[in-house]
Amino acid sequence: MGIAMTFSDSLRQYFFLTLLLIFSRTIYAQSAADDIAKYREMIADGNPSELYEMSGEELWKKPGGPKQVSLEKCDLGLGPGVVEGAAAQLPKYFKDTNRVQDLESRLMTCMEKLQGIPSQSIIDAKFGEGPKKDMDAIVAYVVTHSKGKKINVSTANPKEKAMYEMGKRAFYYEGGPFDFSCASCHGSNGKRIRLQDLPNLTTHDGAVAGWGSWPAYRVSSGQFWTMQQRLNDCFRQQRFPYPIYGSDVTIALSMYMAKNANGGIIQTPGLKR
Amino acid sequence: MSPLSIKLFKRQILTASLILGLGFLSNVTVAQQKSDPQFEKMMKDSFRAQGIAGLDRIDQDATQKFCSDPLYVASPAGAKKAIEIQKLNMSEIAQPSDGKYIGDWKSGEAIAQSGRGATWSDSATTPIGGGCYNCHQIDQKEISYGNIGPSLWNYGKNRGYSQEIITYTWNRINNSKAYNACSNMPRFAHFKLLNEKQIQDLMALLLDPQSPVNQ
Repeated sequence: MGIAMTFSDSLRQYFFLTLLLIFSRTIYAQSAADDIAKYREMIADGNPSELYEMSGEELWKKPGGPKQVSLEKCDLGLGPGVVEGAAAQLPKYFKDTNRVQDLESRLMTCMEKLQGIPSQSIIDAKFGEGPKKDMDAIVAYVVTHSKGKKINVSTANPKEKAMYEMGKRAFYYEGGPFDFSCASCHGSNGKRIRLQDLPNLTTHDGAVAGWGSWPAYRVSSGQFWTMQQRLNDCFRQQRFPYPIYGSDVTIALSMYMAKNANGGIIQTPGLKR
Repeated sequence: MSPLSIKLFKRQILTASLILGLGFLSNVTVAQQKSDPQFEKMMKDSFRAQGIAGLDRIDQDATQKFCSDPLYVASPAGAKKAIEIQKLNMSEIAQPSDGKYIGDWKSGEAIAQSGRGATWSDSATTPIGGGCYNCHQIDQKEISYGNIGPSLWNYGKNRGYSQEIITYTWNRINNSKAYNACSNMPRFAHFKLLNEKQIQDLMALLLDPQSPVNQ
């Protein structure tokens, strides 16, 4: 682990230096975006998410929680213990909970039922700390096993269909002191905040770019972010109140994005600025 | 009935049903979406207050409610409603209390650069920035700018410095929804995001002939 940390630290230093070089050049916005794309390609083989993935695999397989049971019987929608391709078909309706669930909320169900870890302890934890840190690693492990697969969510179940419709409505819901909705930034093509490209999540291609590349390792913060954390920070910048971890609005928005992205190729874990 | 009157009768029925059908269709497309108890409950249950970001932030005013319904906004009835919303926003704009529209462009540039404030990780005393470069090109020297709003480079140089342009720009920064009901730009005065002095300084960035923007 000591070696791994040093490795990841030096990787980060390298990333920052490269980014610094990119930004210090006097170039136009568009070519900066091109350079970031090139740089992303260059380091795609060394995505630090792998460290999270390795620790997630261990957490999945070893007995844990008060019940000292592993997660190997966890049903993510393709049957107990099936990880391969599981993230590609989420969010999905689950009969046992009578809810549409995304990856994180489904994992909370498994951790509570199989391992005896109360979901509330995960919901209440800070991002990147305690049980949420374990969650990040497990998510990294699961999503890596959908890399290269086609996004394939269903709205055949009436609850799934209703979740999609509510997600769409939430996407356009304006509020807060800035009047922002998701659509303010992610509702048309070719838009940027500063130099950051914004995918148009109302279109297939934009939804593939957004939904298909999160969870991701964020170079700027040196952290692996799940989709729950990505949405949380969107709402923060939208000047909204705090979205509760695994709450229906986060799942509805995920359903909206995932359905719009159906058929696209998953590139998780992604690598972000 | 003769074959001719049957034909006429059929045509009348067809016309009547077409009119009915059109009426029905336009009723479907023009109404503002109904409130959905399931959706309201989801929004209510999915958030909690954190720091300065209280739950009241998801209570919508008339402008926000209207703009959350893109189908209605795009309809003919929506176009009429938009004018009403614009009037409502225009009515609350105050002209500068000291009669001064143009402040200091240097402070204006700093306000335009900052995108901070008003999130749950900020405190009530965190100065709120204008966040202008997030969406606009302003001074050409700054290459890190967004494009959700139009470029403001050479703003005054291109438009001139008439009182008409000055008042329009003042109003637009105070409350952009007075001109475009569903503009993406925050209502800086309405929500007290920027005070009068800060708006004067932003005005100078755009409309002081000495500002780098107008070189």
